Amino acid sequence: MATSTVTKPNPKVNRLGLQVLDYRGGKTTLCAGCGHNAISERIIDALYEMGVQPERVMKLSGIGCSSKSPAYFLSRAHSFNSVHGRMPSVATGALLGNKTMKALGVSGDGDTASIGVGQFVHLMRRNLPLIYIIEDNGVYGLTKGQFSATADLGSKLKTGVINDLPAIDTCTLAIQLGATFVGRSFSGDKKQLLAMLKAAIAHEGTVMLDVISPCVTFNDHEGSTKSYKYMQEHEDAISEVGFVPHFEDIAIDYDPGSTYDVTMHDGSHLRLRKLHENYNPTDRVTAVKALMEAHERGEVLTGVFYVDTAKPSFTQLLNLVDEPLALLPQERTRPSKQILQEIMAKLQ
Amino acid sequence: MATGDVALGNAGVAAAQPAPGTNDDVSGASRKPVINDFSIQVATVNGSGSQSANNVLLRAIFGMGIPVSGKNLFPSNIAGLPTWYTIRASKHGYIARKKEIDILVAMNAETAKDDILSLPAGAVAIYEDSLDLKQYRNDVVCYPIPFDKLTATVCPEAKLRKLVKNMVYVGVLAKLISLDMKAVETALRRQFAKKQKASDLNWAAVEAGYHYASESLTKHDPFVLERMHATDGKIIIDGNAAAALGAMFAGVTVVTWYPITPSSSLVEQLIDYLKKYRVEPDGKATFAVVQAEDELAAIGMVLGAGWAGARSMTATSGPGISLMAEFAGLGYFAELPGVIFDIQRVGPSTGLPTRTAQADLLSIAYLSHGDTKHVMLLPGSVKECFEFAQAAFDLTEQLQTPVFVLSDLDLGMNNWMSEPFEYPEKPLNRGKVLSAEDLTRMNGFARYKDVDGDAIPYRTLPGTDHPQASYFTRGSGHNEKALYTERPDDYQNLMERLNRKFETARMLVPKPVIVQTGKSKIGLIAFGTSDFAIMESRDQLKKEYGVEVDYLRVRAFPFTSDVHDFVASHDHVYIVEQNRDGQMLSLLKLDLPAEDAVKLRSVRHFNGLPIDARSVTDALVLQEEI
Repeated sequence: MATSTVTKPNPKVNRLGLQVLDYRGGKTTLCAGCGHNAISERIIDALYEMGVQPERVMKLSGIGCSSKSPAYFLSRAHSFNSVHGRMPSVATGALLGNKTMKALGVSGDGDTASIGVGQFVHLMRRNLPLIYIIEDNGVYGLTKGQFSATADLGSKLKTGVINDLPAIDTCTLAIQLGATFVGRSFSGDKKQLLAMLKAAIAHEGTVMLDVISPCVTFNDHEGSTKSYKYMQEHEDAISEVGFVPHFEDIAIDYDPGSTYDVTMHDGSHLRLRKLHENYNPTDRVTAVKALMEAHERGEVLTGVFYVDTAKPSFTQLLNLVDEPLALLPQERTRPSKQILQEIMAKLQ
Repeated sequence: MATGDVALGNAGVAAAQPAPGTNDDVSGASRKPVINDFSIQVATVNGSGSQSANNVLLRAIFGMGIPVSGKNLFPSNIAGLPTWYTIRASKHGYIARKKEIDILVAMNAETAKDDILSLPAGAVAIYEDSLDLKQYRNDVVCYPIPFDKLTATVCPEAKLRKLVKNMVYVGVLAKLISLDMKAVETALRRQFAKKQKASDLNWAAVEAGYHYASESLTKHDPFVLERMHATDGKIIIDGNAAAALGAMFAGVTVVTWYPITPSSSLVEQLIDYLKKYRVEPDGKATFAVVQAEDELAAIGMVLGAGWAGARSMTATSGPGISLMAEFAGLGYFAELPGVIFDIQRVGPSTGLPTRTAQADLLSIAYLSHGDTKHVMLLPGSVKECFEFAQAAFDLTEQLQTPVFVLSDLDLGMNNWMSEPFEYPEKPLNRGKVLSAEDLTRMNGFARYKDVDGDAIPYRTLPGTDHPQASYFTRGSGHNEKALYTERPDDYQNLMERLNRKFETARMLVPKPVIVQTGKSKIGLIAFGTSDFAIMESRDQLKKEYGVEVDYLRVRAFPFTSDVHDFVASHDHVYIVEQNRDGQMLSLLKLDLPAEDAVKLRSVRHFNGLPIDARSVTDALVLQEEI
């Protein structure tokens, strides 16, 4: 048609008819180049691409730079910026109150591995259906650059201070303690992180993702093992992470000899193409061994280390009614007058 | 005393000096019978199964229609340390601890000498005859009993004898104080309802004691029981079970806890009730219980669940409250509901954690960082444990702030007689929660805006299906729309609104109970388990000194205006409490106008034992110079 009408192209939408815009949050106040911002972007992409209704998500965090980031994505979801290191307990309570929600927890390495290590290990034991992301930069940013407990032995601060204590490996801990989806990624590795986040959304149980996320202000210099440069030089993927969501055609060929195909709870498929010998993502012992060996070599192993789709989640274990406990009407939560009388009679 | 203060820290257990006198002085012939008005103390070793025997005694006296109370004084230990159980029968219905012991059953060789030395003249001692306690007191009526021999005759199995032996003293006592054997058997069969063999064995032990006493003892003391009808229709329950029932009938859905004496039995009994009455026909639960890794996690879970809209609670004691401090502050600032039961006890975990106190008042009132203050409910009976548990859940959701219920070990772990509990007729008050439809009608909302003028804002729950439902929960830095702010005016407005909300709380919490003569210029203020001792002390003051005192029992913090009026209308007001520092006194001084604050005087009881009437009466007489 030879007309001059300008047609606006239809904005791209997901399977719910929502745009990426509907998954955005407030403007970030973190430093330019902070790894955390890249992670927020991937979270937005993953939720958008998976077609998760924003109102069905709860965002929870502790205290620190990382824990501020839930303000920078998914404004249409309820969010709770709680207490330093204690987000796991708040998330546990919130999920018990409403088990039908998708819960996303964002923590940092100080929040998780020091002040919150007690709650972290018990969260892993319970296999609470929570996606737990550690935005791991090895330092306390908000208090201006002290080492955290995930800083590697020998890593150097800007001030020249050398870390003389061994790092806590959150992935090894999580695997040992019962988390059912454990992986490590790098904020600079868009493709891998996005695939892992999408698989995390499809999983029912605790997902523990340790995402190395360099702190451009306090820990991105020569001598740091959590810098962009160090990661670019030392990242060693255990597998290539592929993901086919349940609502897409899965007729894509893969070689069963070299690729693990894991059917997720919602019917999606996680496809892990082996890059390492003797790699088996359903065996904890090999997973922990691979992590420890990589550490010995001075390499940072990434990818999905361990997946177990059979173990019941904490909310399943408690055998709760189908509806959220928070929304049960009085008729179902207050026993009858007759029951009180029966109890009273027994006490007479 | 110049300060006008009397502290009763060492009252209660001091060994009395044996009074001069002869055996003739204590013989029954010269003394008037004492009917339905005495105390029995059983001294045993913990882990010896004496609890069953003591429950049977308590229940049997109750079964005879006589008002009765029982108190367990136990050590922080599993087996082998001294334990005392005190039973008081009172025709007047006094159920506070009686300071003096009238009948001692000394089953613990290790403490037997101290136990008999602490008796007042004229008391009774029952003991294993080999202990030869008579040598220490000639002014006490002694009944040596061959417990071991009697036990052996009914219990061939040597390893069970330690447990069965306690039932022998039940039989001996039954004979001596005319305890109805029918009532004893009913109580015993109830105690061992599910264990026929144990039931029979224990009953044989009771009978052995009874027969021995019938054949071999001559009564030389005045203490006897007579049937009454004062317990008809009443129940016996401990405060923790009562609070658990209250929580269940309040519709609690999320329960978190970390075991700590004396609160554990609250949650354990709640779990039993919930499993029985809150599982649906398909086997699924309308509740979740989590044993947390510590008290920090327990309260974190409570607040997370409250935020998500569930009725959530935890139960703890002093050290747990200390650990909950940080979250309590967040709960206050972020306006989160959640109920915290504090079953108070003596402070740190080593020493006297199994003894009672009312000493967490100040720490809870202002628990946490920054300007915080919390709503506290102060139940004074098992019935109020039931009722205030329900009130707490309504208040916490209405006010959107953590609510603390302060019971204590005496109330929580001891058995109390009570009227049966009444079924709650009022529907649950779930507070100001907006639905998706509300949001459409209102075109969104501001989470922290005072819309109604009561300083209580509206909230939405996660999962509300509306694009404007969400908000961001954080601590101090938020404006009315829950957006991040560090502006001075936003912060000040928030703090002032929270203060106004506390004023709203003042009008919603349970009002005090006031007993006023209209003539007295002396007032008493107490709270919690001190109530029973105060009621009795008022009678003592009237009967023995001709002095009438008015009484106000505080049932909540913040204080209602009735408390101000009460102080204003009296010349002297004694604050009676079970702690060293006069914590209620301090809270009142902060709340009252200066001209009224100077009227306050203090009576404090803090030896780990439940407060008794005599201690209150003596302190008041001394300070008032009656």
